[in-house]
Amino acid sequence: MSTTTDMKPVATKKSGGFTGAAANYIDERTSVSTAVKELGRKIFPDHWSFLLGEVALYSFVIILLSGSFLTFFFQASMAEVQYDGSYVPLKGVEMSVAMASSLDISFDVRGGLLMRQVHHWAALLFVASIGLHMLRIYFTGAFRKPRELNWVIGFVLFILAMAEGFTGYSLPDDLLSGNGLRIIDGMVKGIPVVGTWISFLLFGGEFPGTDIVGRLYSLHILLLPAIIVALIALHLLFVVVHKHTQYPGAGRTDTNVVGYPVLPVYAAKAGGFFFIVFGVVMLMASFFTINPIWNYGPYDPSPVSAGTQPDWYIGFADGALRLVPPGLEWVWFGHTWSFNILIPLTVIGIFIATVLFYPFIEAWITGDKREHHILDRPRNAPTRTAIGAAGVTFYAGLWAAASSDIMATHFKLTMEGVIHTLQAVVILGPIFAYFITKRVCLALQKKDREIVLHGYESGRIVRLPGGEYIEVHQPVDEYERWKLVSYNNYKPLELAPNAQGKVSPVQRVRAGLSRWFFEDRIAPVGTKELEESHGDHH
Amino acid sequence: MASDETSGKDLTAADSSSVEHVTAAVGTAVVGTAVVARDAVANPGFPPHRPRITDLDPRAEKRAERTVYTLFYLSIVGSIFAIAAYMIFPIVPEDPGSVRLNNLFIGVGLALALLALGIGAVHWGKALMHDEEGSDERHPVRGSDETRARAVEIFQEANTESGIGRRAVIRNSLIGALVVFPLPAVVLFRGLAPQDQDPVALLNQTMWKKGTRLALDPSGSPIKASDVTLGSSFAVIPEGLADLEHGRLEEKAKAAVILVRMKPEDLNQLPERATWSYDGIVAYSKICTHVGCPVGLYEQQTHHLLCPCHQSQFDVADHAKVIFGPAKRALPQLPIAVDSEGYLIAQSDFLEPVGPSFWERQ
Repeated sequence: MSTTTDMKPVATKKSGGFTGAAANYIDERTSVSTAVKELGRKIFPDHWSFLLGEVALYSFVIILLSGSFLTFFFQASMAEVQYDGSYVPLKGVEMSVAMASSLDISFDVRGGLLMRQVHHWAALLFVASIGLHMLRIYFTGAFRKPRELNWVIGFVLFILAMAEGFTGYSLPDDLLSGNGLRIIDGMVKGIPVVGTWISFLLFGGEFPGTDIVGRLYSLHILLLPAIIVALIALHLLFVVVHKHTQYPGAGRTDTNVVGYPVLPVYAAKAGGFFFIVFGVVMLMASFFTINPIWNYGPYDPSPVSAGTQPDWYIGFADGALRLVPPGLEWVWFGHTWSFNILIPLTVIGIFIATVLFYPFIEAWITGDKREHHILDRPRNAPTRTAIGAAGVTFYAGLWAAASSDIMATHFKLTMEGVIHTLQAVVILGPIFAYFITKRVCLALQKKDREIVLHGYESGRIVRLPGGEYIEVHQPVDEYERWKLVSYNNYKPLELAPNAQGKVSPVQRVRAGLSRWFFEDRIAPVGTKELEESHGDHH
Repeated sequence: MASDETSGKDLTAADSSSVEHVTAAVGTAVVGTAVVARDAVANPGFPPHRPRITDLDPRAEKRAERTVYTLFYLSIVGSIFAIAAYMIFPIVPEDPGSVRLNNLFIGVGLALALLALGIGAVHWGKALMHDEEGSDERHPVRGSDETRARAVEIFQEANTESGIGRRAVIRNSLIGALVVFPLPAVVLFRGLAPQDQDPVALLNQTMWKKGTRLALDPSGSPIKASDVTLGSSFAVIPEGLADLEHGRLEEKAKAAVILVRMKPEDLNQLPERATWSYDGIVAYSKICTHVGCPVGLYEQQTHHLLCPCHQSQFDVADHAKVIFGPAKRALPQLPIAVDSEGYLIAQSDFLEPVGPSFWERQ
C-alpha cells in the first residue's frame, strides 16, 4: 500500500477529495490537463456579430437532437398504406409509409409535433444564420489571410446546409415536397447529355418511383451530417489556430487578441447563449406551425396548390427559374437544349463560384501577404462593401421572384408586371446598389476624417462677440480616434515592366482590377494632418 | 495549436509594447499595394477599465445574484412544467385540439426551462464574473523556420528510405492502382435504376392507348361528353389507372390530363388537329413542359392555364401554346373522341413526349 502512495504525483497530494482524485484519474489516462492549460484561458473577443456563427453552430446541435428523436419514429418507405391515424380528414387516404409516419409523429406521438417543428424551425435558422455569418465575414474582411481556407470550408458548409434542408424537406413525401422533387427532376432532365440518366438513376426508374425517400434519408441522416460534423470540427479548429479576429479598437493590434477567457466568462456567455437559441426555437415551435403536411396531403403528380413555394433558402434558385426570359429552348443536332434551365443553373453557378473565390481574387488584387486579424469596418473597404451590396441585391431579387405569384395576388398586381419588375431588379438593382453603397462608404469615411480633424458636433450653440453663431465641436478622445484612423489603405497597382521589359496581360488585368478597387480612396488621417488641425476646431 | 504564454493575464499585466509589433510585422511581410503611412497615428493602448455597477454597488451585486439564481430555479420550474404538461395534456385520438395543447404546453415549459437557464448563465457572466478583458499574443500561423526545415527533412528522409522518387516504376504503378481501384464503385451505382429499362423509351410513351376512356381524377369513373359543361375543366386520368397495383404514380405523372370545354368557335385549332377535339372539348397534358409541375389553375374567362410553380401560362383556345413564363413548348394535346356509349376516349397516346424537356427528346 505504502509504495503505491509514494508513486502518486506530488500535485494530487495537496488537492484532496473526490474531485482531485477524479481529475487525477482522468489526467493520468488522457493528459487532459494539457488541453485545459492550452485552451482554458484562451481569449475570445466579444461582439454581437460574432454570435451569428454561434447561432449556426447551436441550431445545428438542436437539429441533431430533435432529428435523432424523429428518426425513432419516421419510416423512410414509399410503400403504399391506407392512413389510419388520428387525423380524421386523411383517414383512409392512400399514402406512402413515410407520409403516414410523419403524420403519426405529428398527431399520435406526444411532443412529436413539437420536435418536428423544432427540427424544421432550427433548420431554417441554421441556413439563415450561416448566411448572415458569411455576410459578417465578408463585409468585415475576415476572410483575408490567414483565413481564406476557412472561408472555403464555411462556404461548403453553407451548400451542405442547403442540401440537408432540401433532402429533409422532401422526406415526408407530402404534396408540397413531392412537387419540389418534381422540379428537381425537371431541372436534372434539362442537363445536356447526362440529364435523363441522372434523373433515372436518382429516382431508381421513372419519376417518382419508390426509392427516392429512402435514398434522401440516407443522405439526410448519415452522409451529409457526417460531412457537416467533420467540416464544423475543422472550421472550429482553424478558429483556434488562427485565434478570433477583432474589431479595431484602442490597444488592439494584429499581434494580440483582446477579450474574455474561455473559463469562466466566455463559457458562461456562450453556454448560456446556446440555451437562449434553443429556447427561442422552442418558443417558435410551440406557437408557430411550420410545414403543415396534413394540409397538403400525400404526394400525387396531378393536384397542386396555388402559392407553391420552397423553404426560404431554396427560393433564390426557384426565383432564377421563374425569371428566365420566355422561349429559350431549341432542338439542335437532334437534341433538346433547355436554356430555360441551363441559364439559371449557370448564373447561380457563377454567382456562388464568385462567392467561393472572392478571398483569393481580392488577395491577388492587393498582393497583400500580411496576416490580418483586425477587421475592416465596411466603410473602410468601399469597393468590397459595394460588391457585397450588389451581390445581396442580386440574391434578394432572385429570392423575391420565388414569391412572384404571392406578391401578385397580395398586392393586386399582374403576374407579368411582377416578373418584369424583378427581372429589372436582378439586372439593374446590383448596379444601383453598387454605386450607392460605394458613395455612402466614401461619404462615411469623409465624415470620419471630419470628426478626427475637427471633432464631433456637440450640439452647443455659442454666440461670438461679433454676433456670429457657431456650433462648438468637441475633439474625440484618443481611444475613439484610433477607431477612425486605424485602417488599411491601398493604392492602385502601378504597371511596371518585367525583366524582359514587357508588361504581361495578367498584370494588366490585375492593374485594371486594382484601379477599379482603389482608385477612389480616402486616406486615414495621419499625425501631420492632426497637428495642423489643432486649434482649428471651434 | 498555438500556445499562449500570456494566457489569461489581465490587460494591465499584458505588455503595452504589443503596439510595436505591428510596425515590425509590416516591415517584414509583403504589403502589396497597401500604403504604409510614415506618419500614422500611434495606437494609444488600452483604454482605462470602466467598472460595472455591480463592481461598485454591493446592493446591485446582490440583486444580480438574486436574479441569476431565480432564473435557474425558474428553469427547473419550466422543466417540471413540461413533464407535467406531457401527462396533463395527452393526445386524444381524433381530437386535433388536444394535439395543439400538447404541443403548446410541453413547448412553453421547455422554452421556459431553456431561456431561463440561458439568460441566467449569460447574466452571471456579464454582471458578476470578473470583468476585466485579457489579452493573448498572436504568433504567425506559419510554422517557425526550424519546424519547416525539419518537415522538409522528414519528407527527404522518407523519400530516401522508401525510394519513391528513385523507383519510378513502383511509384507510377502505385498511382495507377490508386486511380483505378475506385472505378468498380462507380459501376455499382448503375444499379440505382433498373437494368432492363430504357428511360428514353419510357419517357416517350404514356398509359393512354386508342380507346382508353377518360376518367375523373382521383375516383377513376369514366366521363361522358354530355357531363362536360361549357366552361368547366376536369382533372383527368386514364381509366384503370386508379386500380394499378404498381407504378400508379409513375403512370399518373405522365398521363395526367386537363379537360376543358369551350365554345367550338372560340377554339383556334391547328388544321392537322381538327379531329382531335369533340364539340369544343379538348384534352391537354397537365404536366408542365418546363420542369413538370401540374398545370393546375384554369382561368375560365381567358382560357388560360397557369402553372403555379413558375407561372408559365398556356392558352387553351390556341392549342395550349405558351403565352408567358419560362416554358417553351405548348402542352401536348391528347386526341380524343366519343365511343358508342357517349364516353370520352383517347384516339391514341400523345403524339409527343409529355412533361419536361430532356436531352434525347426529338
